[in-house]
Amino acid sequence: MNWYGVAAIWRFEMARFFRSIIQSVVSPVLSTSLYFVVFGAAIGSRIPEIEGVSYGAFIVPGLIMLTVLQQSIQNAGFGIYFPKFIGTIFEVLSAPISSFEIVVGYVGAAAVKSMLIGLIILGTSFFFVDISIQHPFFMLAFLVLTAVSFALLGFILGIWARSFEQLNLVPLLVVTPLVFLGGSFYSISMLPEVWQTVSKFNPVLYLVSGFRWSFFGTSDVPIAMSLAAVLLFASACLSVVWWMFHTGYRLKS
Amino acid sequence: MSTVVQVEGLTKTYDGGFEALKNVSLDIKEGEILALLGPNGAGKTTLISTICGITSPTSGRITVGGHDVEKNWRAARDLIGLVPQEINLEPFEFVGNTVRFSRGLFGKPRNDAFVDQVLSDLSLLDKRDARTSQLSGGMRRRVLIAKALAHEPRILFLDEPTAGVDVELRRDMWALVERLRADGVTIILTTHYIEEAEAIADRIGVINSGELLLVEEKDALMQRLGRKELTIELSQPIKEIPETLKEFNLTIGDANTLTYVYDATGERTGITRLLGALQEAGLTLADLQTHQSSLEEIFVGLVQEDAA
Repeated sequence: MNWYGVAAIWRFEMARFFRSIIQSVVSPVLSTSLYFVVFGAAIGSRIPEIEGVSYGAFIVPGLIMLTVLQQSIQNAGFGIYFPKFIGTIFEVLSAPISSFEIVVGYVGAAAVKSMLIGLIILGTSFFFVDISIQHPFFMLAFLVLTAVSFALLGFILGIWARSFEQLNLVPLLVVTPLVFLGGSFYSISMLPEVWQTVSKFNPVLYLVSGFRWSFFGTSDVPIAMSLAAVLLFASACLSVVWWMFHTGYRLKS
Repeated sequence: MSTVVQVEGLTKTYDGGFEALKNVSLDIKEGEILALLGPNGAGKTTLISTICGITSPTSGRITVGGHDVEKNWRAARDLIGLVPQEINLEPFEFVGNTVRFSRGLFGKPRNDAFVDQVLSDLSLLDKRDARTSQLSGGMRRRVLIAKALAHEPRILFLDEPTAGVDVELRRDMWALVERLRADGVTIILTTHYIEEAEAIADRIGVINSGELLLVEEKDALMQRLGRKELTIELSQPIKEIPETLKEFNLTIGDANTLTYVYDATGERTGITRLLGALQEAGLTLADLQTHQSSLEEIFVGLVQEDAA
């Protein structure tokens, strides 16, 4: 293993995070606070408790997931796309570093960054609502698994994208709707039966549901299914990444 | 000198069907400076990229330091530093950081003293804490060289190091190449400036349309350069060369000219004897002209031969 190489990539990616600390940290904290004010305090006060949890607290896991997903994809996607765009990727491709090590560096940094932001949002939420975490171990496990698998997805998009527009297309057109329709702000039991069935085809539902279970002990789908879904998703992404490096897809000519 | 890079029957066909390299074989000796000379699009960059692992070969075999670049890529790449043709640098990164990054990427532990030494050798030490985007083009190119040297490579590839560089920086670059060679680093550089190859290379390879036309010691090429032609214009046309002039291997050109080929670097050129013999044969001279073929002409000749 070329650990110095992994560390070099990891440190480089983390440095970008700290270089743009305002954009990295302040902006998610601000937007989350706005969600709390609008959905938690203003609208939430007129919404009855969901499964014994106040609406303000109910949306916390969904909000964290929403941000972690977006940040993981964005950070990993940008991390690998930018060197491709400006041409510095040649250095990584000519270095004695394996594709696995490259992925550990880029995806690891992106996942750590989004987890940090997730935890900051969690911290922020304590100022607005009263929440307790029933299963902290599972909470962390879901956070890690989600951050890693969506960073892998972002990495795939970053290799695939030929323009900044393409890079932003999938998060915008696919991921954001899936997150909003995946029960981030409601329990799917509030939906008509037909839409409950449709929702079960949305992979994000399993993440949000499992993550919410680790907070409140209630979920839309069984926790085992949530775990299975996130593991399945992570391995699908891993396979695609492996294939990309194996064939040199859009990396090597 | 032992062989440090061996290329055998290398062919590269890009996805679109373009054949960038055609059955190229090349041995690079340890510690030498090899210049790959060729026009744009000849395949120089593809050859370098394939050795460095950025481009996958279609067929053929490459070893670096005895390690197969595909099977034993880690050991092979450890030895190589690459300075690309395009100036690609992270615009927001600091000079010192980006050089340290390269060292880490190539699996070497952090060594700030060494990085400072490399920066200092390239007159970049005072720019260590500047952002790469604040530097001039020449300095950015030197940062690329510093990055390539950061992991102490034994073989350095310089792809068009002096393209678009002013005269002063070009001289600096040549001096740097000379210093690196003194440290035992093998250097392969591509260029389309013949004077550059002439100034610093030990051997010169000429590449065109994906084919390596020749690889020769520069001195041997210079000997060919030493070949001079003396064109003798006579007052009257002649049909055949007189018996007494046969030993000079003259050729009759159009109408009334004779051409004599000699080695200008030799002790005796034979010119005095020839002129005497011409007079004895009763021929009257109208004019004399000498002409030396430059490396450029040899090169252009080779490339044209190749095209024909």
